[in-house]
Amino acid sequence: MIKWLKKCYLGLVLVFLYVPILVLIVQSFNAGKSRAKWEGFSFRWYTELFQDERTLNALFVTLSIAVVAMIVSTILGTLAAIGIHAMKKRPQALMMTLTNLPNTMPDIVTGISLMLLFIFTKVERGYVTMLLAHITFDTPYVILSVLPKLKQMNRHTYEAAMDLGATPGYALFHVIIPQCKQGIITGAMLAFTLSLDDFTISYFTTSPLVQNLSTLIYSSARKGIDPSLNALSALMFVALLILLLIVNRRTANND
Amino acid sequence: MRANLSLPWWAWAAMGAGLVVFAVMIGLTVKRNRGVHRSLFASPYTLWMIVFTVIPVILIGYYAFTNASGAFTLDNFKNFWDSNYESNKVILDVMGEEGAAYITRGTVNVDTLVYSLWMAFKCTVICLLLGYPAALFMADRNMKLGATLVVLFIIPMWMNFLLRTIAWMSLLEDSGLINTFLKWLGFEGVQLMYNSEAVLLGMVYNFLPFMVFPIYTVLSKMDFRLTEAAADLGCNSLQTLVKVTLPLSLPGVISGITMVFMPSVTTFFIPRVLGGGNTMMFGDLIESKFLTEGNWNVGSALSLIMMLLILLSLSILRKVDPNGEGGGIA
Repeated sequence: MIKWLKKCYLGLVLVFLYVPILVLIVQSFNAGKSRAKWEGFSFRWYTELFQDERTLNALFVTLSIAVVAMIVSTILGTLAAIGIHAMKKRPQALMMTLTNLPNTMPDIVTGISLMLLFIFTKVERGYVTMLLAHITFDTPYVILSVLPKLKQMNRHTYEAAMDLGATPGYALFHVIIPQCKQGIITGAMLAFTLSLDDFTISYFTTSPLVQNLSTLIYSSARKGIDPSLNALSALMFVALLILLLIVNRRTANND
Repeated sequence: MRANLSLPWWAWAAMGAGLVVFAVMIGLTVKRNRGVHRSLFASPYTLWMIVFTVIPVILIGYYAFTNASGAFTLDNFKNFWDSNYESNKVILDVMGEEGAAYITRGTVNVDTLVYSLWMAFKCTVICLLLGYPAALFMADRNMKLGATLVVLFIIPMWMNFLLRTIAWMSLLEDSGLINTFLKWLGFEGVQLMYNSEAVLLGMVYNFLPFMVFPIYTVLSKMDFRLTEAAADLGCNSLQTLVKVTLPLSLPGVISGITMVFMPSVTTFFIPRVLGGGNTMMFGDLIESKFLTEGNWNVGSALSLIMMLLILLSLSILRKVDPNGEGGGIA
């Protein structure tokens, strides 16, 4: 009985979380543009999506920035984690404070501070500035996911490799990196999703001419959202779900 | 599509130079046994953080303490306390002592801050009350669904949060689903949108997972034998919960509170959409100072005040959880 109640409670919380998503997906199949009235089933918004240049541009900006920011921040962050791990106590503590700083700063302050930097240095805001901002907020997350793996590692394996004649470079690529591979992958995935979903920081670091999906949605929120945006996010949602299932299958098979 | 790569030449030159220096350094480390120390691997990141985090924060400080012409001033902070500060000064200058009768303190900034803190507090409490039982049930060893449930809590976050928030509009608005349903049942329609309850709902909806994950992480790592021991020693389940589980999960609770409270104070999208401009929150105010009024100095002062408030509350929370064992989402 109690177990049943617990399940009911969890179910209700999940319903609360999923209702808007369901609404959104249903709306994307609505033939009319109205949010409230059902005017019949249609794929209209899905076909319009592929003709709408603004939306496709925003999709391109979002995805390309997410991918590039993921790659750069993973390299930068992994190297940084290895460096921080090898540091003495004092500088290590300083670096950890620096790494935790963006997490304790609200997004809006991060966004504004970067905007001030670009204005101050007279750099025109646009694609590159948004990319730089995304790398900046992604990297600490990569470090925070790689560092625990490095700490778990037996430090003697590295020394053993060196004693057996490996160069530091060989030891780095054949001993250290393989052992923290899981952390690197987690960090990269975290960076990708964070970048994909970011609104606030992008909003302050880009110009109205270069928009990602979030800023496009924001700027059109008042006039009423174009249902093709609903269609697009439904598609992305399903794509991510399928990706998750594939990854799950893979790991299940490997076990 | 062609991306506009407009950066000044010196920015490209600096990046290029940095890359070359770093490549040489790595080459030295990798090739020779007595190369550069491995801790230097962190140097590009250090440089990056100085340029893109430390200097920008210093810039906020710079703008907060200067006026439009760049001279040092505290006016921006006086403006926070009294938004009529400038006009009041003019009145006093022109009318002298008599002007005092015409002066009123503009309280909009302070009021907005207090209102935001109050809303964030309510949101945090609701998230805690809703999220703690959820995390507790998920971590229950008899459930066997823990990992799947975690994924089920993460999946909604993959959908753009702006669209999810906007989707609430179609549920809540006057011609929305809930009101249509009520009218179909024969009831009067209810005004659900454009008030602070709607904003609160949106906030709880968006931030609830951030409360559940850290608590779940701590609870699922907890040694379950402790609760069994408590039961063996005569505790009933309520006593076990209060005396064993709750204190042990405190780091997760603290981490959850931080992760919900901070974005709640600073959100500006949720009040814009669900509050319809009737409710102004502190994030809103800062954004409009920067982008609508173009008053970076006052905006920076407000950002600085908010940052200090958050650092202050974080340091208080750290006292409760000195080891920072709470962990994050990952």
